[in-house]
Amino acid sequence: MAADTTNILIVGVGGQGTLLASRVLAQAAVAQGHDVKVSEIHGMAQRGGSVVSQVRYGPKIFSPIIKRGDADVIMAFEKLEAARYLPFLKKGGLMVINTDRIDPLPVMSGEVAYPEKLEEKIARVVPKTISLDATGIAAGCGTSRAANIVLVGLVGRALGFPLDALEEAVRGLVPQKVVDINIKALNAGWNYVDNDLISMVRD
Amino acid sequence: MKSLMIGNMAIARGAYEAGVTVAAAYPGTPSTEIVENISRFEGVYAEWSPNEKVALEVGFGASLGGARTLVAMKHVGVNVAADPLYTLSYTGVNGGLVLVSADDPGMHSSQNEQDNRGYGRFAKLLVIEPSDSQEALDFTREAFDLSEQYDTPVMLRVTTRLCHSQSLVQPGEKLDRPLKEYKKNEAKYVMLPGFARLRHLEVEKRMAALREYVEESPLNRIEWGDRNIGIITSGIPYQYVKEVMPEVSALKLGTVNPLPEKLIRSFASQVKKLYVVEELEPVIEEQLKAWGIEVTGKSVLPRTGEYSPELLEELLLGVPAPSGYQLDESIPARPPLLCPGCPHRGVFYVLKRKRLTVTGDIGCYTLGALKPLGAMDTTLCMGASIGAALGLEKARGPESARKTVAVIGDSTFVHSGITPLIDTVYNRGNTTVMILDNGTTAMTGHQDHPATGRTITEEETSRLDLEALARAVGVKRVRKVDPLRIGELEKALDEELSHDGPSVILATRPCALIDKSPKPSLYIDEDKCKGCKICIKLGCTGVYWVQEEKKARINPDLCQGCGLCIDVCKFDAVLERGAN
Ligand SMILES: Cc1ncc(C[n+]2csc(CCOP(=O)(O)OP(=O)(O)O)c2C)c(N)n1
Ligand code: SF4
Ligand code: SF4
Repeated sequence: MAADTTNILIVGVGGQGTLLASRVLAQAAVAQGHDVKVSEIHGMAQRGGSVVSQVRYGPKIFSPIIKRGDADVIMAFEKLEAARYLPFLKKGGLMVINTDRIDPLPVMSGEVAYPEKLEEKIARVVPKTISLDATGIAAGCGTSRAANIVLVGLVGRALGFPLDALEEAVRGLVPQKVVDINIKALNAGWNYVDNDLISMVRD
Repeated sequence: MKSLMIGNMAIARGAYEAGVTVAAAYPGTPSTEIVENISRFEGVYAEWSPNEKVALEVGFGASLGGARTLVAMKHVGVNVAADPLYTLSYTGVNGGLVLVSADDPGMHSSQNEQDNRGYGRFAKLLVIEPSDSQEALDFTREAFDLSEQYDTPVMLRVTTRLCHSQSLVQPGEKLDRPLKEYKKNEAKYVMLPGFARLRHLEVEKRMAALREYVEESPLNRIEWGDRNIGIITSGIPYQYVKEVMPEVSALKLGTVNPLPEKLIRSFASQVKKLYVVEELEPVIEEQLKAWGIEVTGKSVLPRTGEYSPELLEELLLGVPAPSGYQLDESIPARPPLLCPGCPHRGVFYVLKRKRLTVTGDIGCYTLGALKPLGAMDTTLCMGASIGAALGLEKARGPESARKTVAVIGDSTFVHSGITPLIDTVYNRGNTTVMILDNGTTAMTGHQDHPATGRTITEEETSRLDLEALARAVGVKRVRKVDPLRIGELEKALDEELSHDGPSVILATRPCALIDKSPKPSLYIDEDKCKGCKICIKLGCTGVYWVQEEKKARINPDLCQGCGLCIDVCKFDAVLERGAN
């Protein structure tokens, strides 16, 4: 696979807004002049199931889906989903985890336990792990529903997108009345990482 | 300027540019967004038809009337539309007619993974297959010209990965195309045997002409590379081939029926080792073998499931995919489930408690088959629940009908539940049918249907009255219940099951995602909760179990206040905030 291709895997639970996150990143990549492909999941899996969308950009993209072990970044909207898709992360890749916990049915019903301290366990095997309470940060910006855009801000910066390209993509994709909140959320995510963290990520 | 589009949007755009003025569909993942998007273009009539057969018949009429027409459906929808389709092949078209078949390798959202390229061969259609959104637009445009030029319906075959992947598209200009004249022509459009025999000869002539056409078609191309390996492929698998083997020679087919024999022979003769890479059935491979061409395909690649780049790498190149990171932890599964507040939940809770045999159907409510509800015995295809219940009764005797319920959604009932209900009445069945009337086609993303009283463009229209319909076909016992009231449900089921003759119970309550009425805020009183877990058995994400305290608790962010757990709790522990 071409070294100049970037692969982003976005995972979460149906209804968390993974689709919008992938579309914002894809739009920003288009504005940077890349060839882009996005793979989305519609239908059955959206009913609270595990969902994944995939963004790939570079000079020329063929496959719309990412190979196992080939994602440069995994953006996980929920901890369990971060763990589930871990094998897709490339060695040396970046794992961004929203520390939200959403219990799947077998956990809710007390059949099995939700694994303890997942983000710590992941951080132990993945050197480049960033965990954050994106939902809480988004709530501070006006709505917890903008957690997806907080994560886009963070990942967008780590991948070297200009802030204004991301802002423009957000403006083009979210409903008019929530643009301001989402721009705030995007900036919160952007500012969450300091320069040390960025150089670690880009290493 | 180029912009990102999912394949389905690109197909819609291509149809619009080609001058389509009529489009019809019944929803079905992954096809739904095609006609949904077409309906938003100016100057196009679009409809949700009650089912795919009707959609194609509307398409037939529109084509006769001179309009360029698009009809879209998921793969299994073509089975429903197969009857008109096979004979449409004989009549041919007037205005161009394109049928989009959206197949689902891997069964992301389907009950089977049939390969509809097979229809092309048996119904003798031109089948074309794009491999990204730009091609989806271009091929759709082209399909209308080809349909008119060769007087044939054209099948545009796509798969989930194309329908729901975005890639860059350069839109074109909309064609200004006047409506073609309608001319009565019974020899072409009235398929009496005498006329049909003559038309069949025309079909064979057309196939011969199409076989010529595909040899030169710009939809096929050879990309020469290393001639030690040659790969024949089409659709999305082409992208996987280019991803993992960019250096090999590839024959990319855009026309998958008929196949270009000369082009394929010439390609085959110039490469050392020949492969066919196609998902699902060996449609291309078998044709090559019939022509005596040596080729490798399904002996190394699977016939089941969706392909992926790593699958090709592993099976064709022998390279195991990089393992990535591993975590030594067992990760609980996260199956899809009914939403909190879903009106279907109570129904399955009661059906399970009563240990009834439930012939089921397809929709969100099929999730009632999964734990903890687990109250469904069968799901075959849309509309099968009612016929299956009748068959079960005829096999096992009328007593069994007292323990059997057919459960079907409102959209599914209109799609194909009416005729089996007529059968039940006609042949003296005793089935109790429950229609889960949530006022929408929820499973596929909340489309309207005849019983919602709104069209695809959300205009008010005459509303199909399901109660009156059931009575009109001869069901004497028809009643309505609120599916969120357990007691009401139980009473209705007890009465209807014990009664001889067919009955219909309409469980009427809007889908929780479209219901805008105010929701009460609920909580569980810790002192009253005895930890019996009965509410947990509802399988609602709004209520969860706290292991340390051995008590249930409501998650106020998720609970929709539907009140089902108030109904099932024997200790009155579920209370409404603000109420006394
Ligand atoms: C022949 C065919 N067409 C379309 C589909 C896709 N599909 C599955 S269920 C369904 C309808 C669901 O609506 P409804 O019966 O009202 O149940 P709900 O999802 O609203 O609970 C559709 C369109 C299918 N499986 N088979
Ligand atoms: S979308 Fe509606 S019908 Fe489907 S599970 Fe959710 S509430 Fe139930
Ligand atoms: S009332 Fe109970 S069953 Fe209904 S949504 Fe809330 S938690 Fe779920």
